[in-house]
Amino acid sequence: MKVKVNVLKKQISPSHYLTFEYEGEPDDSVAKLLRYYNEEALSRGDEQIAWECGCMINKCGACAMRINGVPRLACSSFLYEYEEGKIILEPLSKFPHVKDLITDRSAVFEALKRVNVYHAGPVHQDEKNLESRFESASCLNCGCCLEVCPNFNSGQNYTGAVAAVNGYRIAAAADGKAQLKEMRKAYAKHYYEGCGISLACHDICPAGIPVEDLISRSNAALVWGRRV
Amino acid sequence: MDIISADNKIIIIGAGLAGLSAAITLAKEGVDSVLISSHPSERAQSVMAEGGINAALNTKGEGDSSEKHFEETFKAGRFIADEKAVREMTAAAPDVVKELESHGVCFNRDENGNIDLRNFGGQKYKRTAFAKSDSGKQIMTALIDEVRRLEVEGKVERLSSHDFVTLLFSDGDKQLVSSAADNADEISDRDKRRCTGALVRNRYTGETIKLIGSAVIMAVGGLHGLFENTTGSLTDTGEAAAELFRLGVTFADLEFIQYHPTTVSSGGKRMLISEAARGEGGRLFADTGKDRIYFMEEKYPELGNLMPRDVTSREIFFMRKKYPVYLDMSDLPEEIIDKKLAGLARDCAKYLKKDIKKEPVEVAPGIHYFMGGIYTGADHETEIKGLFAAGECCALYHGANRLGGNSLLGAVYGGKKAALSALRYANVKCTPYAYYEEPPVSPAGEITAVRRILSDVLGVVRNGEAMRAALQELESLSSKEADFARAFLQCALFREESRGAHFREDFPEERDEYRRRSIAKVVQGVSVDHPF
Ligand SMILES: Cc1cc2nc3c(=O)[nH]c(=O)nc-3n(C[C@H](O)[C@H](O)[C@H](O)COP(=O)(O)OP(=O)(O)OC[C@H]3O[C@@H](n4cnc5c(N)ncnc54)[C@H](O)[C@@H]3O)c2cc1C
Ligand code: FES
Repeated sequence: MKVKVNVLKKQISPSHYLTFEYEGEPDDSVAKLLRYYNEEALSRGDEQIAWECGCMINKCGACAMRINGVPRLACSSFLYEYEEGKIILEPLSKFPHVKDLITDRSAVFEALKRVNVYHAGPVHQDEKNLESRFESASCLNCGCCLEVCPNFNSGQNYTGAVAAVNGYRIAAAADGKAQLKEMRKAYAKHYYEGCGISLACHDICPAGIPVEDLISRSNAALVWGRRV
Repeated sequence: MDIISADNKIIIIGAGLAGLSAAITLAKEGVDSVLISSHPSERAQSVMAEGGINAALNTKGEGDSSEKHFEETFKAGRFIADEKAVREMTAAAPDVVKELESHGVCFNRDENGNIDLRNFGGQKYKRTAFAKSDSGKQIMTALIDEVRRLEVEGKVERLSSHDFVTLLFSDGDKQLVSSAADNADEISDRDKRRCTGALVRNRYTGETIKLIGSAVIMAVGGLHGLFENTTGSLTDTGEAAAELFRLGVTFADLEFIQYHPTTVSSGGKRMLISEAARGEGGRLFADTGKDRIYFMEEKYPELGNLMPRDVTSREIFFMRKKYPVYLDMSDLPEEIIDKKLAGLARDCAKYLKKDIKKEPVEVAPGIHYFMGGIYTGADHETEIKGLFAAGECCALYHGANRLGGNSLLGAVYGGKKAALSALRYANVKCTPYAYYEEPPVSPAGEITAVRRILSDVLGVVRNGEAMRAALQELESLSSKEADFARAFLQCALFREESRGAHFREDFPEERDEYRRRSIAKVVQGVSVDHPF
């Protein structure tokens, strides 16, 4: 399968698209394509495309980028999904740009600090909510959900869905409500009051986390003080 | 260049499981740390771990014990690991797992509500605690949550997206004696340098920072980036280790490279089919075209498909010369796959387009883990005072072959142990000056040649002639990675026997006179000193 690839080279002014053709198997991932391009560029002595990757298997969230306008992980986006043979790669747009396809996603980690995603006291493990806590702990912190969120902007107060998804495991394992006092205040201020319930975050999650379910569970615990 | 005097803080390089564990331990002891990593912890290789972590919790009524855990670990490592260190680690393992539980790790539970345990290779007892087949991710999330708390409290400073450049040294401190040197009777010239920090570079801004602290713990993961296709993360480049080697840090056991028996080519690297698949009942077979040969079960009636990885990989390697080899999970109850192997089933569906409930997967051995790494004593200190190592970059617990489930344990326990040992420097006032040596820039593209050369000859089966030719080929290269690669080959050539993961067709027997560790270090420029 042959695809025409356009990669936004943004650090050079003015920004331009680097265009090349890649011939591979329909099952090849965009990440494989990028690695291949860079290896060839290295042997030619050309400049490589700057991007981040790690696991190449949908587990570390490093390779998030916009692929044909949609935030996705390059290592789990495959050529067969782009039948028209055109692939446009751009950096995520909601985070400070670093180089080519790399953005600085520190905002994701800052968001989790801002809503106190940590155990402030002893952990109470309840088998009844084990599955949902597991889902919550599966978040890749890739930033795709923030990229599609109409209310999130890096550097501003609103944390986006990462707060609710990750906050759940903390809320659900608290040993008594007192432990959640500070977290509840922070959650309301930085997440709950800013969420417009577009739920764009639910469909986009590359880890397949049931985002909507975790949001409603987190809201129940952290806004209405219910046991979840 | 910014100079950050990190006062009496301890500097940790690498924020995977070992680095996080070190930071948490230091904070508990009242010592602050700076946690440096090329990528945020959330992206470290540790999140990829699947099958689980070993601890003799003995909740299955099988009579397991820490002593048995020790014996099986030491035996699988073919008796060359640091015996004292292995004993300590296996004894501490149940507490390590309980501590992880107390941080909120979502381990699977058995019918009695205990942490569930599964079988893993080379072990006769159910001893591997797991969180479905995403154990690494679940453990990492819990430890990152804990470190986030410490960050908010100002006890840990996380500098993600920073590359290690080199070490800082100052004059030796006469009162502090490195206990690693006590074990290093092979090495005559003890190092007089005292490590007091690191030079790191911000990957996003290019800015270099001179970080001066009271000690440094290296937790930079395995040496994957020096080889072509491994199951590991591309973030573990091996660059930091190559720099340490250039600086004269001693390495050990470099010839011992673990090939995982069941991997598949995917995305330009190897994808792991976790040992958990066989732990839960998956079976290996060779397909002759007419029938299936369950070669592991036939040859090894006791442990069958769960023989240690070195043995299983070799059997598959030789079998594949005749027939393709498959891993069959289709007979496993659906409930087991859904509850215990969900991640593995998902990965196979996504990347291999295989439904493991219905069809077998063709497998081959692939590089997975490095038993070799930085040489330390049982206290995790190197021969350089104030320099420690933990996790996959540190060669200590696994000898010639690692048991599955022991490296997550080694990373958590090792990070903790290194931190506790480093405490002896915590109150030593920072030196006002620290010197370093600017590392040379490696010629572009040379790493590609290094990867090819090492991968070609350090396979499941090796031979002297090919390795000597590879050593010759390396002579034309000048990077520090090439110098480091030479050490791998010299160790492998020197060991004229077969032991654990090091199998030489020209010396197929294990030999008593080689029952010891290989030590490699740079002396006077580039040459590698006595591998033994
Ligand atoms: C697919 C897979 C499955 C596995 N499953 C299991 C399992 O089930 N059980 C088990 O026991 N083991 C398993 N392992 C092995 C185990 O996961 C690793 O050995 C362990 O997680 C290593 O932890 P670590 O902290 O030493 O290193 P890592 O998690 O690799 O972390 C290394 C850290 O160092 C940083 N770093 C690297 N280079 C630099 C540099 N130059 N400058 C600055 N920072 C740097 C990285 O960013 C990262 O933060 C598995 C491994 C793989 C690849
Ligand atoms: S490289 Fe890890 S998620 Fe894509």
